[in-house]
Amino acid sequence: MHISFDHVSYTYQPNSPFEHKALNDLSFSIESGSFVAVIGHTGSGKSTLIQHLNGLLQPTEGKIQLGDYTIEAGVKNKNLRDLREKVGVVFQYPEHQLFEETVAKDIAFGPQNFGVPQEEIERRTKAAVKATKLPEDLLDRSPFDLSGGQMRRVAISGVLAMDPEVLVLDEPTAGLDPSGQREVMDMFHDLHHEKGLTTILVTHSMEDALAYADYILIMNQGELYKEGTPLEIFRQKEDLENVQLDVPEVIAFLSKAEKEYGIELEYKGQTIAELAKELARKVRGDSDHE
Amino acid sequence: MSSSLIIGQYIPSDSVIHRLDPRSKIAIIFFYVVIVFFANSVMSYGVLALFAVGSALLSRVPFRYIMKGLKPVWFLIVFTFLLHLIVTREGDVVFSILGWDVYREGLVQGGAISLRFFLLILVTSLLTLTTTPIEITDAIEELLGPLKKVKFPVHELALMMSISLRFIPTLMQETEKISKAQASRGVDFRTGALKDRVKAIVPLLVPLFVSAFKRAEELAMAMEARGYRGGEGRTKLRELRISKLDISLYVLFALLVIALFMTRS
Repeated sequence: MHISFDHVSYTYQPNSPFEHKALNDLSFSIESGSFVAVIGHTGSGKSTLIQHLNGLLQPTEGKIQLGDYTIEAGVKNKNLRDLREKVGVVFQYPEHQLFEETVAKDIAFGPQNFGVPQEEIERRTKAAVKATKLPEDLLDRSPFDLSGGQMRRVAISGVLAMDPEVLVLDEPTAGLDPSGQREVMDMFHDLHHEKGLTTILVTHSMEDALAYADYILIMNQGELYKEGTPLEIFRQKEDLENVQLDVPEVIAFLSKAEKEYGIELEYKGQTIAELAKELARKVRGDSDHE
Repeated sequence: MSSSLIIGQYIPSDSVIHRLDPRSKIAIIFFYVVIVFFANSVMSYGVLALFAVGSALLSRVPFRYIMKGLKPVWFLIVFTFLLHLIVTREGDVVFSILGWDVYREGLVQGGAISLRFFLLILVTSLLTLTTTPIEITDAIEELLGPLKKVKFPVHELALMMSISLRFIPTLMQETEKISKAQASRGVDFRTGALKDRVKAIVPLLVPLFVSAFKRAEELAMAMEARGYRGGEGRTKLRELRISKLDISLYVLFALLVIALFMTRS
């Protein structure tokens, strides 16, 4: 689904002492099928931004186009339900939204609301559980008996069972252990490619943004600070530091290699160790010529 | 939802009213609520209104904002006024609409009661607008202090109050968060039949209760870990102190009472 923001602004509690402009004249577009990372410091407007993607918030100025669905400031929205079926949102700590007696019922909750037939729900539940690597015998247990990581997977399965075209992820790995983080991110990566989803990932991890995204939006104080491909973005160290963001270690290594040895290495997702070997080979190769 | 609810919404500022000792504010408001019922002439109401509006102005809280916060009670005020117009049948007929006679006494009494209502709510909401919840509970603990002698758990009560006040915004945020998450999963809280809307509350309430219990447990644990043992021998970070400002408030209020009784008919 193609998504575009056209001069979108959003103000919390307008005309009160608590008035706060969270988004300011935001314009960008996201190609259908792309994996976009939204990064930015706390309070930069990332969460406000993603709540516009399924009509939870309505812009106070500007216009948003989501596929053939338009959300415009001051125009009452119709059929929000249709939009919400197509745009699945995994919120921060999604396990806080679990409430049903059994895991299966909780996963089925979303599709039921959207009027999906029962057999189809069962099929999707199985598929979602498989995608999130939950053992099937958990389906009849209470979600409150599970471990934190399992609860997170149940909540994610609940969103996947809606079979959305767009997947919005708000720090989906916060609070998981490192191996859990990797597993969950790899799962989203696979789903993105298998189902041809449009994925929008809000993250604090520059490493994840580099590894999974093919486009990056940087937010700062409610404005779009920069946009581009990960390599374009992370090569601009100073610009990132201006908004208190770090450069991933791998990229920092690349930049340093270039500066110290004048050697340009091509980045294709290698680890630092691999790059170091490549660098060593090139340095040695160069000295052989002399 | 939260923007129209003014109770418990503190607006930070450094006005004269903000700097008053919370005990003074509570005591004065208590007595004000009592003397409002003594007013019975235009002048006496004028004196009371002058005090209330004057305090509101001094608090430097935008007047428009106070009015907006009074919105939920406007209905009550207008309703009482209309009720008096309809029920009271004394004095001359002033005018009549659609065959209903409106009597002079009805107008006067309706106006008086509505004005009382308005003044009471204005003054009490001024307390919460200019005093932090923590200050209010501190003040209540102090004011109820004498009850400790009869084994009344004053400190525990104050602690419970400050904890619940502290967690109102947290729970409201949590409610908003969960309702957004469930709305994203297709729950419709706003439209549909009443039965469906009541049903839609379950996915909101269950997670809210779960997290509230979890929070309570964590808070209790954290307090114990930091050595909390109840009120005995506990010192305070903020000591309440009566200043010159408070004394001038007492003098002013005494003058108000005198003026009120002089203008009564």
